[in-house]
This record gives sequence, C-alpha cells and structure tokens, in this order.
Amino acid sequence: MPFDPQLAEIRFGCGLSPVVAPPASVAQMMDRLRGPDTIGARFPIETFQTFEARIAAVQIQHKLRRENRGTPEGDAARKASQVMNQEARIAHVGWFGQHLNRWVATDAPLRERLCAFWADHFTATGKAGLMRRATSPYMQTAIRPHLTAPFEQMLRAAVLHPLMIHYLDQERSVGPNSKQAARGGKLTGLNENLAREVMELHTLGVNGPYTQGDVRELAELLTGVAIGPPMRLKFRKDRTEPGPETVLGQSYGGDNPHLRDVHAVLRDLARHPATARHLAQKLAVHFTSDTPDPALVATLEARYLETDGDLGEVTTALLEHPAAWEPTLRNVKPAFHFIGSALRALAVPPAALNGMDEKTMRQRILTPMTQMGHLWQKPDGPDGLPEDDAAWIAPQSIAARLQWAITIPQILLTDIPDPRDFVTAALGDRVPPAVQFAADAAESRADGVGLILASPAFQRS
Amino acid sequence: MSRSLDRRSFLARSALLGCSLAASPLVTPVSFAATPGENRLVLIILRGGMDGLDVLRPYGDPAYGALRGDPGLGAPDGAVDLDGYFALHPALRPLMPLWRQGQLGFAHAVSTPYRDKRSHFDGQDMLEAGIGDMSGGLSRDGWLNRVLQHLPGAQAQTAYAIGRDRMAVLGGPAPVQRWSPNADLALSPQAIKLAGLIMQEDPLFDAAFRQAMEIADSDGDAVALSGSNNEMHSEMMTTLRGGDAGKTTTEQRVAEFAGKQLRADTRIASFSINGWDTHERQDAGLPRALARLSEAILTLRDTVKGSVWNKTTVVAVTEFGRTVRLNGSGGSDHGTGGLMVLAGGALRGGRVMGDWPGLDEASLFERRDLMPTRDLRALLGWLLHSQFGLRVSTLETSVFPDLDMGGNPDLTL
Repeated sequence: MPFDPQLAEIRFGCGLSPVVAPPASVAQMMDRLRGPDTIGARFPIETFQTFEARIAAVQIQHKLRRENRGTPEGDAARKASQVMNQEARIAHVGWFGQHLNRWVATDAPLRERLCAFWADHFTATGKAGLMRRATSPYMQTAIRPHLTAPFEQMLRAAVLHPLMIHYLDQERSVGPNSKQAARGGKLTGLNENLAREVMELHTLGVNGPYTQGDVRELAELLTGVAIGPPMRLKFRKDRTEPGPETVLGQSYGGDNPHLRDVHAVLRDLARHPATARHLAQKLAVHFTSDTPDPALVATLEARYLETDGDLGEVTTALLEHPAAWEPTLRNVKPAFHFIGSALRALAVPPAALNGMDEKTMRQRILTPMTQMGHLWQKPDGPDGLPEDDAAWIAPQSIAARLQWAITIPQILLTDIPDPRDFVTAALGDRVPPAVQFAADAAESRADGVGLILASPAFQRS
Repeated sequence: MSRSLDRRSFLARSALLGCSLAASPLVTPVSFAATPGENRLVLIILRGGMDGLDVLRPYGDPAYGALRGDPGLGAPDGAVDLDGYFALHPALRPLMPLWRQGQLGFAHAVSTPYRDKRSHFDGQDMLEAGIGDMSGGLSRDGWLNRVLQHLPGAQAQTAYAIGRDRMAVLGGPAPVQRWSPNADLALSPQAIKLAGLIMQEDPLFDAAFRQAMEIADSDGDAVALSGSNNEMHSEMMTTLRGGDAGKTTTEQRVAEFAGKQLRADTRIASFSINGWDTHERQDAGLPRALARLSEAILTLRDTVKGSVWNKTTVVAVTEFGRTVRLNGSGGSDHGTGGLMVLAGGALRGGRVMGDWPGLDEASLFERRDLMPTRDLRALLGWLLHSQFGLRVSTLETSVFPDLDMGGNPDLTL
C-alpha cells in the first residue's frame, strides 16, 4: 500500500486539520520528528528541573511550619505552602491545555503521538502533594527529548527519574543486608515494585524470559537508587545490598556499588531480544491494529535488533512498511487522542484553551474525558492506558464522546463551522454516506459537527 | 444507508417514531444474558477513612468518655443506644427501622492488613486489591473482579461499577459494566436518531451505542431533550456536576441506578462515597457523609424492593479507621482499626459483630489507634461464600490470597 498524506495525519498524526497541510512523504515526517521541537517551544510545558524548584520551595515552607507550629510564622508558612500547591494545581491544568494546543497546531504531529505513546509506556505519576502535578514535566524531560534516541537512553531517563522512583516505591527499597538496614528503622527490606515493572512492562514484557529470582536480583541491584533533596536521583551506597547480583544469567555490581551497575543492566535489558519483540508488538498495536500484521511486527523487531534499539530507525521502519498504509482504519482513538483530534479538526485557536480557567477546563474537557475512560495523569496502574479498542468504546464512553462532541465545540468556538464543509475537513476523502447524510440532515450546526466527530469514521485511526 | 435518503423523508419517518427512543427501530433493546444465581451484593467503598468510633460509639467502654466525651445519648435527636454498649451516630437515625428489622449490622475493630504508613492511596489500593502485601507491586486486578472470574456464568452485566470513581476493586480481566449517571445523555431526539444511523457502519460502535441508549433510557430521566442548545448545555453541565441538586443527590442517583440494574441481571454493584477524611470539625463533616451513606442504602432498598431486597446484602468498607483521640481541630487523623457497615434483606443483622479490643491505652495499636481484631477480608470472604457459593479454599487462595478466614460469622439468613 502506498503512502497516503491523509492517512499519515489520521493514523500517525493528530488528525486532519483545515489549516495545517498533511505531510508529503515519510521522509518529511521523519525530518520534522528529528528537527527542532518548534511546537514545544511555542506551547511550553515546564521541565522537571523547573518543577523541582517548586518542590524545593514547598519543602522550605514545610520545614518552617514544623519549626514554628502554633505561631504566626508557622501559620504563614502553612498558608504559603497552600498557595504553592494551588499554583501547581492550576499549572497542571494549564499544561493539559498546552498538550492540546500542541495537538491542534503542530506540523510534526508524529512527535505528539510518540510522546503520548512512550509516556504511557513509562507511566508514572505522583502519589502525594506537589508530586501529583509532576507528570507533564516528567514527560517533557524524560520522554520527549528521546523519541528518536536509542531505547536504552529513554529507559534510563524514565526508570531513574525521581517521579518513577517515587511512583514505583523504589524510595522504600533497602538492601536487607545494607548499612541502612543494619541501623534499623522503618526501611529495612526490599521493595520489588520497580524491578518487576522494569522487566514486565518497560523491557522484556510479561511473557519475557525472566523469573521471580531475576526480579529479586534486579531489586537488589537497584537498592542504591533513591531520591535526594529536593527531588532528584541520588545513588545511596548505604542502602545497597552488598555483593554482585545475577540478572538473566549476567552478573552485575560487586564490592563497590555504583550507579553504573544499574546503567549496565538497563542497557542489557534494553538490547534484549525479548524487549525488541515486546516493543515491536506494542508499537504495531498502538499505531495500526489490535491484531497487527505479523510481518510488520517482525520488521520492527528486526530493525530494533539491527540498530541496538534506535527508536528513530524503528519508527522509520514502521512508516516504511506497506502494512502501515493499509487503508482500512482498524484502531480506535483513545480519549485524549479523540479530543485532541476533534479540536484540531475544528482548528480551535490557542487562546480558547489558554484563556480557560481551571474550573472551566475541568468542566469542558477533563471531566468529560474522565467519562470517556481517561482520568488525566491518574493511571489505574503502571501498565497505563488500555490498547484494546473495546475498552474505549464501552457504552459509557461512547455516550460521553457523543455528548461532548455535540455540546462542547460550540462553546469553544465563536463560529462553529457548517457541517457540510466540516465533514470534509474532519474526514477528508473518507466520508461514509451515513455521516454525509447526518451532516446534511442535522437540525443545528452543533448537532451536525458533533455527529461528524462522534462518527466511527472519525473515532478510528 | 444510501445517499438517496433525503433530509425531508428522514424527518417524516422519524416523526412517526415518536420521541421515545426505546420505540425506535434504530435502537433495539439489548437482551442481557442469563446470570448466575439470585443473590446480590453491593459493595460501597467509603473513601477517606471513616471514623468508626464516632459512627458506632463504644460508650460502654470505660475509656470512651475520656477520649471522646459525651456519647450524646440524652438528646431526643441524639445518638441511639443499640445494645447497651454501642450507640449509633445521630446522622444514621434514618437507618433505625432497618436495625429493628435485623437488616442493619456492623463489624467493629476490623481492617485490611494495611499498617503503619496510613496513606489513603496505599490503604485504598490494598483494600481494593484484597491482598495482604503490596511490596511486590500494585495488583493488576481487584478482588471483586477475581470473584467474577470464579462465578460460573458471569457476564459483563453481572457486575457494575457505578459512578465517576474508577473502582479498582472491580478492575481486571473479567468484563464488568461501568456507568456513571453523570454520563447521562442530553441530546435532541433527532441527534440521537442520526447518531444511531452513523453508528451502524461499525459493529463495535453500534453495539456500544445501543447499549448506552438502553442504559441511559432506563435510569429514570428521558434521554432525549427537546430544546435549544443552551438548554442542552445546561443539562449536560447539571449532569456533570452530579445532577439537579434540588431534586436528587449523586448518591441517590447512583444508588437508584444500581438498584435498577440489580432488579434486572446485575448481581454485583460497587460504588464509592467520599468525604470521610475528617481531620477537622468532625461534628460538622461526618454527619454530611453519613447522610449520604444512609441515603444510598435507603434508596437501594426502595429501588430493588421486596423480594430482591431480601436477596441483597450491602457492605460498606473504608481503607482505615481514625485515631482514638480527637486532634486539636476537632477532627481525627488517619488510624487503623475501623468499622464495616452491613445492610440488606439477606443480612442477619441487628447486631454488632467483632472482638472488641478495648480503648485503654495498652490495648491500642501503637498507642493511638483502635486495634484491629479481624481482617475485614475474612468477613467479605464469608459473605461471598454464602451469597455466591464460592468455596473457602477459592476465597483463601484466589480472591484473597493467603487469607485465613477463621470462623464463619453467619452473616446472612
């Protein structure tokens, strides 16, 4: 099947836009992906380094409060930290708007798709306090810069990121024979959470060739990985389990524990054939179909192994494969993709999202998106969002999509388009007769636009 | 659908169909599959940590008065003495008829195996995962989902997660149905008809849409609105906010929806009631949360009605109890041992179960919390055993791994 510009936007991009031209070729898609992140600069999201400064500031207030409990200084510190929390909450919703603005306006939409894909692969979220707002800065710092890098680079950035260390309880894991354990206290044992997820979710896959023994050895190897103030990776030798560890038959570490032991095991896990298979399958499922063409998966796996997991090369292989251009749309857009592509088809101006206060953003987008099955940056577990189409098209979520599509666009836009024009803007050459009929027959512009967006033709990718 | 159908003839045909969506040939009712057994279970998760010591006041314990003061038995609208030892919080007075009929009961000093850190997040994870040790990572499924995996003949409609919460307790490989009354549809009749038409091109969407219409039409308010876009928008916003505040509360809508499903093919329903994290001014906050709980239970009873109510057990659990002492702001902090509330026509109620540990300082957990004397999963296990015939061995290995259920408290009739 040949390259098709509209299909490129629908399957590998953020949907058709009436103002951004679709790409001319695979080469152009890759050039833009490898080029500077102009849309990221235009709609900035805080890096984690900046976010860490917020954490440091709150920590100072917490300390002041502890030291001055019951005094005016203590009360002032409490109020100050409340204000900082509130600011972060508002910023968090603002970043959500920036993610959407990027989807609406980008001419390198593959970057947004891959960023969402890999951020979900490396699902991480904060469990308390300010950290609950940290996911977008984490994406910005640990995921987005590595979309065309060797996988081991992204693996290292994500797994050793303070948000992941916090999310998967690595900060509670201590070698049972470490100096820290000998001192006693609350933390005296292993927590296998991160080690397990690194193998099960991030690299080898649940059917990969590892045992509980490997999980335990990896957990022991990871024991030095901790968080130091204010919120950054710190390798703590006093927590490390003494001696070498054997993971998948390979020995790591020894007498002088060091972060490079962890880097070494992550590199080997990244280059493992099971990881190549796992990631090839996951990419093919995400971008083409729940039951992808085995030839496509095999090609991705082979390219991954040939290039030591070069994600730019693997992405190119995906786009160059004939199965990528099979005309039938077999996937369903997840909720964020659905909303983002709807806003892109409507060419919602940035001011409409940037100007929205927190409460309005929740009412108009975040709460409906929850009804569609996606609680923004509050994942059910470290396995992230479902790939299974049926999980997204359940009765409740389809009702939520239809209701949103009819109700919300008309309040985001001063001029809602004529459905008879919009049907082509949103669907290009793929307008089914029933959707054309609905666009012509709807009682109002809002109904017509909403029905087009709620059509299976628009909801598939 | 062919292009030759024009707007005029479509509208003419539509007009004949009337406004009731159920009558529309575009949306035929979905027939639900046969379901296992006749017994029903409703699990309510009280998120935030309910203060069991205030809800069911152990005024007979010699240490109670010094910790919590006057139990409030004197006033005509005060606490209600249940058995000479425990007194019920005044806000649960509406449930007293159930108590007298043996359809309300409690288990005191119960908890999950969760200890020490007292985090809502971890506590609820453990409560919903139903496992005793989370150090191996987060569980991939909830215990109620594992129940379904062992329930012969279970279908997606057998279990319903209701409301906006994700209800991890029902998450997992066994299919469950999810619906939030807040996701209700408010669209013009014609938009709904056209939507039915466009969904037909895709079987996945078509089936889900038909079912959505079926559910939305059955929840008490009509799906279709006739009116302007403004009215529609305001209806959607009302729905998203949790219903028409003057008419019904979210809990009533959720419980009513649950009741209707239980009257049909659903056997397990689960939803949350929030608002129990009473760190300050507990005397103001707790009654509001209790009123929601009592409303939910009474709405369930009034919706499922007689014979189905007699096959129903409602159980409300919370992630942990609270400190035995009140804090400096008239509230209580995160604790350990808590309270389980049970109701239903199938319940052998009218009693307070549990092995009371006492409130003297030496009997407390870490000198601050009510000492848990029973794993709440054991009571849930016995409930599942009697309601759904699950074997104790299945319960102790698959549903609640490594649990020892202990003696049978004969929870149901």
